[in-house]
Amino acid sequence: MRPTAARFRSTSVLTALLAVSLAAPTLTACGSGSGSDPDTVKISFKQSTDNSIHVMDDYLAGIKKQFEKENPGKKVELVPIKAPDSEYYTKLQQMLRSPKTAPDLVYEDTFLINSDITSGYLKPLDPYLAKWKDWDQFIDTAKAAAKAEDGKTYGVPDGTDTRGLWFDKGIFEKAGLPADWQPKTWDDVLAAARTVKEKVPGVTPLNVYTGKPAGEAATMQGFEMLLYGTGDGTSDPLYDKGTKKWVAGGQGFKDALGFVHTVYQEKLGTDVSQALDPNIQTIVRGELLPKGKLAIDLDGSWLPQDWLQGSGHEWPEWSKELGLAYMPTQHGQAPGKVSMSGGWTWSIPAKAGNPDLAFKFIRTMQTKANAQKWYIANSGIAVRKDVASDPAYVKAQPGIKFFTDLVSSTHYRPAYPAYPKVSTAIQEAMESVTTGDASVDKAASDYDEALKAATDNQVVQK
Amino acid sequence: MSDPRRSLARALPVAPAVVLLLLFLAGPIAYCAYIAFTDLQLTGQAHSSFVGFANFRTAFGDEAFLNAVWLTLVFTVVSSLVGQNTLGLALAALMQRASKPVRTLTGGVVITAWVLPEVVAGFLLYAFFRKEGTLNAILDALHLPSQNWLYTLPILAVSFANVWRGTAFSMLVYSAALNEIPKEITEAAEVDGAGGPRRLWHITLPMIRRSIGTNLMLNTLQTLSVFGLIWVMTRGGPGNKSQTLPLFMYEQAFQNSMIGYGTAVALLLLLVGSVFSVMYMRLLRTEV
Repeated sequence: MRPTAARFRSTSVLTALLAVSLAAPTLTACGSGSGSDPDTVKISFKQSTDNSIHVMDDYLAGIKKQFEKENPGKKVELVPIKAPDSEYYTKLQQMLRSPKTAPDLVYEDTFLINSDITSGYLKPLDPYLAKWKDWDQFIDTAKAAAKAEDGKTYGVPDGTDTRGLWFDKGIFEKAGLPADWQPKTWDDVLAAARTVKEKVPGVTPLNVYTGKPAGEAATMQGFEMLLYGTGDGTSDPLYDKGTKKWVAGGQGFKDALGFVHTVYQEKLGTDVSQALDPNIQTIVRGELLPKGKLAIDLDGSWLPQDWLQGSGHEWPEWSKELGLAYMPTQHGQAPGKVSMSGGWTWSIPAKAGNPDLAFKFIRTMQTKANAQKWYIANSGIAVRKDVASDPAYVKAQPGIKFFTDLVSSTHYRPAYPAYPKVSTAIQEAMESVTTGDASVDKAASDYDEALKAATDNQVVQK
Repeated sequence: MSDPRRSLARALPVAPAVVLLLLFLAGPIAYCAYIAFTDLQLTGQAHSSFVGFANFRTAFGDEAFLNAVWLTLVFTVVSSLVGQNTLGLALAALMQRASKPVRTLTGGVVITAWVLPEVVAGFLLYAFFRKEGTLNAILDALHLPSQNWLYTLPILAVSFANVWRGTAFSMLVYSAALNEIPKEITEAAEVDGAGGPRRLWHITLPMIRRSIGTNLMLNTLQTLSVFGLIWVMTRGGPGNKSQTLPLFMYEQAFQNSMIGYGTAVALLLLLVGSVFSVMYMRLLRTEV
C-alpha cells in the first residue's frame, strides 16, 4: 500500500521528534561541566568506603560554609568520589580528561601526581604561589612533594605522614616483652614476633602489608620500610638520580623480600588469605588492633584518625594500649631508623573552569587555623612551620611528637611517572613470596623483568 | 517498483534508528578498535601515538595474558558448557515429570538466582565460600575438613557461582523446547521398546538441537564477559589464579592505566567469542 502524503508527513515528524527527544538529554548533559557556572567551585575528593568515617566530609563542609560567607555570591559544590584508592585515581583521571567533567579542585596523592602532571592533567600553581605569603611557611620537603621535573609546582600539600611500628602493650606484657620496646635490627623485630607466637596463642604476631590487593600500602608501609633500611642509607635503592634510571633488584631488595617471606612462611603474619584480602587495611585498623588481636603493626602515622571521637570506631584508650617504636634498619646501621613519607595535595586541573576561585578556596583551607584543624582531624603531620611549633598542635594528640620527629630522617618515594607501575611490580614480587609460589631469588628476577617492561628498559644494575 | 524516491521514502522512518545505532553503537566500537592500535595511557603520558600491532605482540608474549586465556576457557567450559547447559537440561527434563507444586517451587528458586543483580549474587557466593562462610560451617558440622575455597580453588568457586546464577536461563530455554516435542513421537519410541537413555539420545536431543545451539551460544557469550561476579568474589586472585580475560583487561586498562593495551585485549576477547559463535553456527546449520 502506498502511504498517503499526510500519513507520510506525520511519520517523519514523529521520528524527528523522537530523535530530538533522544538527543536532548545528551546535549544538555554536556553543559554541566565545571566551566558552566563562573560562581561555583567544584571540588573532588576521596570519600572513605567505610560509611562511618566522614572526617574529610565534615572538615570540607566547615570550610565551604566559611568560604561562602567570606565570598558572597560564590558557591562551593563538593563532588565526593567514594572508592578505594586505586579506583579513585582511575575515576579522577577519567574526569580530568575532559573540560566537561573536570572539577575545579582535586585531591591528588603525591604517589601519582608526577604521572598526572606528565599527562597534562594539572595546572602549574607558581603564579598563584608567588602572590601567597603563607607559602613561605611550608617546609622545603613538602614544597618539593608536588614539584615536577619541569621545576614547576602543581599542588599544595595538606600535610604529610611518617611510618613506624605500633605494638600492643597488653600482648607484650603477656609475652614478657618490655612496654618500652625499641628493636635495633630486623632480627629484633622477628624475635619479638616469634616470642608472641609462642607465648600468646590466638593473636597475630606481626602485620606487614603485602601483595596486590593491599596496593600501594603493601609497597610503602611494607616493602619500602624494609628496603630503605638496607645498605648504607645514602642512596635511593629504587631510583638512581644520576643516570635517571630505575635500580634492578640487588641484595637489599632480596633481603627485604626475604623478610616478607619469613613473616608469612613462619606464620608470624596474618593468615595468607587474609593478608591478600583487599580490605586488609580496614580489618587491621577497625578490628585487629582495637580488639587486641595484633601484637605488632608496621603502619602509618594516621591510624588514630579512625579512633577519634566521632569517627565511627571510637577507641580513645588506644594511646594507653598501644606503644610506638621506630622501624630499625636491617643490622642497626646508621641512621638506625627508617620512615617513609607521602601525603596528598590540593591541585587545580588544567581543564578547570574556575581556577582562580579554586585557588582562593585553597587559601581558605590553608590559613594557619584551618590547616591546624585538618592536621589534627586526620592525624596528619604538619608541613607548616607555624603549626609544627604551636604547642597546641603538639599536645593535641598522643603520638604526634613521635611521628613529627621522624620527619627529619624520613625518605620520599621516587614518585616519577613510572612509579605506579614499579609499585605494582613490587607488590607482585611480595605476593609470590607471601604465598610461597616463588622463592626469593625467583621473585627478584621476575621483578627485574617486570621493571624493564614498566620503565621502558630504563634500568641500571647497582 | 524501483522508483528511487519511493524506496528513499520507505527508508526514511528507519533513518533515525540507523543514525542512533551508528552514533552510539558502531561509533564506540570503531573508536575502541582504533585505540587498540595506540599506546594510549590514562596517566603518565604526554601524547599517545599509533603503534601498529605492538599491543597484540605484547599480549602473546605475556604469561599473564596466556594464563587469562586459559582460565577463561576453563571458566567457560566448566561453568557454561558443562554446568549451566547440562544442569539446565536435566532440570527442565525432571520438571516435566514433576508435580505442579514441586515444579513451581524449583522454578521459583532457580529463577530467583537468575534475577538477582550480578553484584548481589557475587556477594552471596562470597559469603558462602569464604573462610568463615556457610559452606565451611556445613562442612564443620558434618566433621568434614573445611578450607578457604576462594583461596585454594578460586576458579572452581567462581565457576560454581556462575552455574548457580545462570542455570535458570538454560532451564527456561529447554523447558520451552521439550514442550515442543510431540507426545506421539516419544510414545511411539516407548512402544518400540526404547529405554530412557536411548530416547534421550535418539529422540529428544536431535529434536531440540536448534535450542541447544542457541542456548550454548547465548550462554557462552555471556559467560565470556562475566566480570562483576568474579570481581566481587576474588578480584581475580589470589595471585592471578581466577583472572579471566575481562578481569585482566580491567587490570591493564584501569589499574595499570594502559588503555591501549587493555583495549587490544578486549578485541582479542571478541575474537575468542566469535570462534565459539562460529562453532555453534555450524552446529545449528547441520540438519538432522
